[in-house]
Amino acid sequence: MSKQDSNTMHAQDLRRVSVQQRIVKGVVLGGVYLFLIVMALIVLFPFYWMIISSLKSLEEYRLNIPTFWPKVIVWSNYAEAFTQANLGRLFLNTAYVGIVSTFLSLIITVLSAFAFARLEFKGKNLMFAALLATMMIPGELFTITNYATINQLGWMKTYTVLIVPFLVSVFYIYLLRQNFMQIPNELYLAAKVDGTSDLKYLWKVMVPLALPTLISITILKMMGAWNSYVWPRLVANDDAHRLITNGLRNAFTATTGDVNYPVQMAAVAIVSAPLFLVFIFLRKYIMKGVSRSGIKG
Amino acid sequence: MVESKHQWKAWLYLAPAIVLLLVFTVWPIINTVRLAFLEDYNALAATWGQTFKVGIGNFVKVVSYSNFTTCLRNTLLLTVLTVPISTLLALLIAVALNSIKPLQRFLQTIFFLPYVTNSIAIGMVFAAMFNIIGLRPSGLEADSWGIINNVIKFFGGDPINWINAQSSYAANMAVMTVYIVWNALPFKILVLLGGLQGINKQYYEAARVDGTPRRRVFTRITVPLLSPMLAYVIITGFIGGFKEYTSIVGIFGEKMGPVGAPYRLNTMVGYIYQVLPETNYGVASAAALILFAIILVVTLINMQVSKKRVHF
Amino acid sequence: MKVVLQNLTKIFPSRNKKSNEEVIAVNDFTFEIPDGKLIGLLGPSGCGKSTTLYMISGLQKPTSGKIFFGDDDVTELATENRGVGLVFQNYALYPHMTVKQNILFPLQNLKGADKLSKAEMQERAYNAAKLVQIDELMDRKPSELSGGQQQRVAIARALVKMPRVLLLDEPLSNLDARLRLQTREEIRRIQKETGITTVFVTHDQEEAMSISDMIVVMKLGVVQQIGAPQDVYDSPANLFVAKFLGTPPINVFEGKISGGRLFLGQEAVLEVGGVADQEVYVGIRPEGFVLDPNGPLTCRLNNVEVMGRDVSIVSTNPASLNPIIRSIINADNKVDATQENVRYSLKPHKLFLFNKETEERIFFEVK
Repeated sequence: MSKQDSNTMHAQDLRRVSVQQRIVKGVVLGGVYLFLIVMALIVLFPFYWMIISSLKSLEEYRLNIPTFWPKVIVWSNYAEAFTQANLGRLFLNTAYVGIVSTFLSLIITVLSAFAFARLEFKGKNLMFAALLATMMIPGELFTITNYATINQLGWMKTYTVLIVPFLVSVFYIYLLRQNFMQIPNELYLAAKVDGTSDLKYLWKVMVPLALPTLISITILKMMGAWNSYVWPRLVANDDAHRLITNGLRNAFTATTGDVNYPVQMAAVAIVSAPLFLVFIFLRKYIMKGVSRSGIKG
Repeated sequence: MVESKHQWKAWLYLAPAIVLLLVFTVWPIINTVRLAFLEDYNALAATWGQTFKVGIGNFVKVVSYSNFTTCLRNTLLLTVLTVPISTLLALLIAVALNSIKPLQRFLQTIFFLPYVTNSIAIGMVFAAMFNIIGLRPSGLEADSWGIINNVIKFFGGDPINWINAQSSYAANMAVMTVYIVWNALPFKILVLLGGLQGINKQYYEAARVDGTPRRRVFTRITVPLLSPMLAYVIITGFIGGFKEYTSIVGIFGEKMGPVGAPYRLNTMVGYIYQVLPETNYGVASAAALILFAIILVVTLINMQVSKKRVHF
Repeated sequence: MKVVLQNLTKIFPSRNKKSNEEVIAVNDFTFEIPDGKLIGLLGPSGCGKSTTLYMISGLQKPTSGKIFFGDDDVTELATENRGVGLVFQNYALYPHMTVKQNILFPLQNLKGADKLSKAEMQERAYNAAKLVQIDELMDRKPSELSGGQQQRVAIARALVKMPRVLLLDEPLSNLDARLRLQTREEIRRIQKETGITTVFVTHDQEEAMSISDMIVVMKLGVVQQIGAPQDVYDSPANLFVAKFLGTPPINVFEGKISGGRLFLGQEAVLEVGGVADQEVYVGIRPEGFVLDPNGPLTCRLNNVEVMGRDVSIVSTNPASLNPIIRSIINADNKVDATQENVRYSLKPHKLFLFNKETEERIFFEVK
């Protein structure tokens, strides 16, 4: 075999291998997309089912062969859900608790994070470590005594009990402190030279620079109020103070059997809507905050 | 840092946090331990100055209570079922997401969507999907089988009574597993994908130069380099699993079980909340301490294992 | 405004808990900075120059000693109330504010009698910006500026409140070489125009020498020498100062005084009067060598580097403490690069003797 031949053979081999590789690559990539899209559809399916069910008439919902799009769109399910679960009142209660507790919580978090990040005092590191250690303890351990404390303070069935016990979040203090630490110390020194008080520096420089983290905290805290269930049920499950999740659970006690699902799904959709709006517009803040926690809400 | 003689200033900044933490975090830790070891504690009697015997009576009560074993079994079973499934699935999805370019951000967003939901509300949606309307006592006929059973029937299977009256424990657990996994995926995918994106591309390029096959790249490069993140999602997964409660309330309601079998799916946390309003502070405290002990031990084991396996 | 430092001392507690060793960052520093002068604090890193600057600013409190601005004792005065301007090494511009907001920021903090109206603030800010030639950039964010422009903004921010003292911490170290040259002249110009007493810290001796009215050389917290740059260069107080100033650096030899003559190795190179017989360190500036076929100092020639105006000759000698000896001579002298040895005679005023124990300068009479 001449040298020329061997060279062309070699080139052909290479070409064949590269074609083969390309086919394998294409098949693998197709498989990856197929897997992801199927998984995404499974993840999305409950939302889809919630929405179409909420728009069906009860008769259509109860059909033996389910429809995947309502034949007649029944908007009145939403109106019925709204009145049946008294959602208006629940919205107001939850918004009030959410806004007040978020506002107070932000102030406390900013002040504490600043002290830990920028001020010098004895026992700082010990104190911070002790704070972090409390994060390992499950919340249920606090709930029992807090329940007793609240009982003694006569705070049962008040807004206070929904707001005050959870104003301090060690995790948020930690998150913000880390963010504050990334702000160069020279800015603090420069502000001192420029004649600024600690509080003004905190407000004019630190807070604007840590704004993304503060937004994350705000959203997570608001979501927390929106989704909280266990504590409110325990301490303020009366008509005047009930929060939205408890209200939803209370209004539709039966989850199985022959219940009016379209109305129930409409209520669920109404409760979920603000969360979806937050998700659509402020997703990156949530993801940023969440990826560093294990805490939901 | 500016040197200042005004240390009290720092304490002033910390004051609100410290006061609240003392009342609602530090005192509860002490008090819960105290209550757990006081036998037959009664809050009302305590205010009259009655004293109580110190002992482990509350723990005995908790452990010997028949419902407690159910709670413990449910909790352990749900944890053992959901953590591996959700972790593995999240890992697969994260790796898949990391390997594509078009649609990556879009799909990532979709996979994060379940995170931003209310577990009671979406639990109700899952219940609706598994629910059967008008089930005859024979269990063979119904007015409407529900979407999940319709899908099963479409593929030629027999419908299953998932959550209705007379449903089996196994079916109930299967529904809970599906829901909890669905709920746990977004956080795990987010963390794992973040970890994957943080891996230096050079390792992959080096592996490609060496002609390393795909699977070997995955087991020898991706997983080891991702191990800190994996350890993190597994540990938080276990902790979350032991605290499972609201997702069950979401699907089965506050009775924690199908019609006719209340509290069949009760968990450790559910148990605590069940006994608490009966002013059974001592028993609830003992149960909470047992839960804490379990979480602590499992977390320590997890950390010990990951210390050996995790390549930091 | 003159600035007086009186027995200024700063001791940092030990970071390591086991060894209770304290770090004396600044040791008993006494100095009166005359009004309107530009002072360069010079020394290697860790010599206490930045600590001194921070103590003047009030960001660090002296362990003992006092600081006066004019006749006011400001030792206990908080930074906020001291009225100093400080330019940081990395400028420390507030990243979320525009140039204008950055410059206005110190003015907005003025209280009481010093409070300015909005219009006055605008005018002051504009004037400060004009002084440093950034009045075109007022609405930009710091991230949209080059390093040199950021530097100017930092100076404008420090100057805008008309500080009693202007402090600059390594102001040029983050700039590239060409910009550094330009900016240091700029700093000199601004200082002259405003007449504000200015202290600046640097580890670059060339920088300090070129623009300072006076330099303070520090080492390990202790002041080594204070004086006009040329004086310090021409007459270093000790071996450290001699080695620290000058590029190329001074050449150091081990030498011996015997019978009024200085020996490097076996060669008697210079007549030195009034010095007792002893072993000494000998420092010779690169420009202190004169090519002389009959010169007393013989060195082995390595190579000759022609640098236009000057010629740099690299050679070796057993008595030299540095691996090589570098001398600078006028390029009019033609040097044969192939010869094995080169012979020098020495300029007595470019040669310094130092005590071998204390490394302090030993003065001698030129004969």
